[in-house]
Amino acid sequence: MSILTVSNIIVIVFISLGVFFMTAGTIGFLRLPDFYSRMHATGKSDTLGVLLSCIGIALYTLQDGLSLANILVSLKIMFIAVFWFLGGPTATHALLKSAFRAGITPWTKDGRAVIEWPPK
Amino acid sequence: MDNFFIAIGLILGILALICLYRGIFGPTDIDRIIGVGVVGTKTLIILLLIGFLYKRMDMFVDIALVYAILNFIAVLIFAKYFIKKGVL
Repeated sequence: MSILTVSNIIVIVFISLGVFFMTAGTIGFLRLPDFYSRMHATGKSDTLGVLLSCIGIALYTLQDGLSLANILVSLKIMFIAVFWFLGGPTATHALLKSAFRAGITPWTKDGRAVIEWPPK
Repeated sequence: MDNFFIAIGLILGILALICLYRGIFGPTDIDRIIGVGVVGTKTLIILLLIGFLYKRMDMFVDIALVYAILNFIAVLIFAKYFIKKGVL
């Protein structure tokens, strides 16, 4: 049984915050009425969840001692986080733009369209 | 800490199953695409946690990196394909 040091508590807080944001995104993905609003829920909160979880995992990797291999692994994990922070919103934007071009109008409560389709 | 990682991995697995529901029964095709993308995002974190559990972090971090790049490229190619086809 490991002892909970201060750095372990920091790691636990980071990973728990990441999983909290992922849970919020998943609930929105399941509950919201439209494709656009579902994408709005997952596209941002999943990106933030990946960033926070990767920061926590990189900090836990550094706890075994500051050798060259550990620093390299930690840098690679932070590279995953930075890449996903750039790539996730880009993928969301590309998919949303293709759906908009294909002519799906956004959902409204009373069923009336808020935009003219096709746009001028 | 191993118990904590196992618990986080289980929570993420349950969330991935919930997202897979949208991936299978989604009302439109583009819901299915974004569902598969979200499952890939959860799998990225699960792969990193598996690396801690097997004490082979140097191997699993490369797998997770390749998985992130493949997931990103897959969603971009789907988006490009649907722009070109114009139908959903």
